[in-house]
Amino acid sequence: MADTLKIGTYEFTSRLLLGTGKFSDLDVQQQAVDASEAEVLTFAIRRLNIDNPDNPNFLERLDLKKYTLLPNTAGAQTAEEAVRIARLAKASGLCDMIKVEVIGDMRTLLPDPIGTLKATEMLVKEGFTVLTYTNDDPILARHLVEAGAHAVMPGASPIGSGLGLLNPHYLSFIIEECAGKVPVIIDAGVGSAADVAQAMELGADAVLLNTAVAGAKDPVLMAEAMKLAIEAGRKGYLAGRIQKKRYANASSPLDLMIE
Amino acid sequence: MKLIINGQERDVAAKTLADVVQSFGLNERIIVIEHNLNIVPRDLYATTDVTEGDKIEIVHFVGGGR
Repeated sequence: MADTLKIGTYEFTSRLLLGTGKFSDLDVQQQAVDASEAEVLTFAIRRLNIDNPDNPNFLERLDLKKYTLLPNTAGAQTAEEAVRIARLAKASGLCDMIKVEVIGDMRTLLPDPIGTLKATEMLVKEGFTVLTYTNDDPILARHLVEAGAHAVMPGASPIGSGLGLLNPHYLSFIIEECAGKVPVIIDAGVGSAADVAQAMELGADAVLLNTAVAGAKDPVLMAEAMKLAIEAGRKGYLAGRIQKKRYANASSPLDLMIE
Repeated sequence: MKLIINGQERDVAAKTLADVVQSFGLNERIIVIEHNLNIVPRDLYATTDVTEGDKIEIVHFVGGGR
C-alpha cells in the first residue's frame, strides 16, 4: 500500500508542503518547487497593486493542474478577518483548502488560540478543507480536531526563525493526540534538513516550510535536501528506531577472542 | 465616478464591475473582487452595477507561506 498523505478528501505522494514567499527570483523559485517535488503550495491573499497590475506573479506562471493550492489567512488577527480572506481565496475557484492563521502577536507571530479555534469552527461549517496553524499545545490540538479541522499544523518555532523544533516533546504529544484522526503537519520555524528529518522521525505526517528554502544560499539545492530529509525521516519513523542506552552495547561478539 | 478601490479613491468611467476590471486591464488576471464587502463571482461582473463611493477590493494570490 502506498504511503500517502491524506488531508480531508485529498491524497498526496509528497509529504513536503512549500510556501511561496520570499523568493528573490521567480525562475529560481520554479526550479526550487520542481526540486522539492511538493504537490501543495501555499499562497497569501493580498490587494492587487492597481497602479502596477503587471508585476510578475508566481501563481499565474504555474501549471495549476500539477499543484494543489493552499491559500493562507496570513495577516488576519481575528477569526472574522481569517474567514473573510478564506472566502476570497475560495471564490477564485482554484481551491477549497485554507490554512487558518490568526496571529496574536506581531513580534513573535504566535497564533491567537481563541481566534484560531473560532476561525476553524466557522470555516469547517462553510465546507472548507481546513488546515490550522497552531502553537505546540496538545490540548488546543484536541479542540481543533473536535472542531473538524482536517489537519493540525503546530509550529516548530516562530515563523521564519529557523530555530528548528523547540519543543519536540509537546509536538510528539500532538502527534499522539491526532493519530488516526487527522494529519499533523509541522509548520514554521524549520531551518535545516536535520530539522525536517527530526520532525518526520517524531511521527509528523508532513512538514510545511518556506524561508528555509527561499533564504538558503542555494534554494534549489536546499529544496532537494528538504525532499530527501522528508523521505529519510519518514522511513526512519516507519522503520522504528532503537532505544537509547546510557552505555555502549558492542555489536561485535565479545566471546571467542584470540589470546 | 469616484470609487474606493483597494482603499484608494479613484475616478473611473464605469457602469459595472466588468468596466472596472477592463479599465485596469485585469481581464486575463486571476483575481477576486469584493464589492461593498460582498464577493462577486466572475460571471456576475457584467451585471453588477457600481455607484459613486462603492468600496471595491481587488485581490490576488501572492507569494506567502512560512
